[in-house]
Amino acid sequence: MIKKAFAMDIQHDPELHTVPPDRGAMDQQPKWRRDFPIDAVQDAYVARRDFTKYLGLTSLAFVVGQFWIALQSRWRRARGRAPIVAIGKLVDLPVGEAVSFHYPTESDPALLIRQDETTLLAYSNQCTHLQCPVLPEFDSGRLHCPCHRGYFDMQTGRPLAGPPRRALPRITLKVQDGTIYATGFEKERA
Amino acid sequence: MSFKRPLSRHERAIIVTGILCIVLTLVLMQLWLLTATMNAWLGGDESIVWPAAAASTGCFLLISGLLWHLIRLD
Repeated sequence: MIKKAFAMDIQHDPELHTVPPDRGAMDQQPKWRRDFPIDAVQDAYVARRDFTKYLGLTSLAFVVGQFWIALQSRWRRARGRAPIVAIGKLVDLPVGEAVSFHYPTESDPALLIRQDETTLLAYSNQCTHLQCPVLPEFDSGRLHCPCHRGYFDMQTGRPLAGPPRRALPRITLKVQDGTIYATGFEKERA
Repeated sequence: MSFKRPLSRHERAIIVTGILCIVLTLVLMQLWLLTATMNAWLGGDESIVWPAAAASTGCFLLISGLLWHLIRLD
């Protein structure tokens, strides 16, 4: 009697049925699938559950990334103001010429440009796309990144064309007794 | 006497799918937040860094809560 009731349970309880991937009847499945049945419903349930758990780990990785940026920002601020560095003599830089230098450290290339008699400009010489050096084009008043055809406005450093989306960091300058000094970075303009 | 009916396999699958959708949306928001923060920070704007970290942590806490429910399902 109990055996018979149990058999009825198996027949009617969908929880106890193995559902093949094509949702067809089990006796219509090929022999290999009957020998090694996969319960499609349970399989989908487990796959979605595990994927969701992995997304939890991904979320944690993003939080770690955010705090890494925040800590880098704090360290950058803790390092203090950028140093004042002498670049060279003003008379050594003719109008319409540019010269490379390094600022604020020896591993940061920068570019000093003398656009006209009274205009001196300096930028970080790393394209904001993929850090290629930029070249001044005095005729068009632009800075050209030859790697991916990026263009920046020579006067402001703002991106004009190509892949770069951020302005070149502008270095503030001071001329004292005929010597040009780099004194820091300008805050990014809106 | 209270009697709590155990969830059927179909009901659990619906709940898991729902949780997955919400978690996926939150993770995509975190991804966008990370890229936007990185872009702003590299551009010299540091004002957004800590609020973005707090928002991302909030998303993570929400996801953790949902995962706790997910684990309790089994």
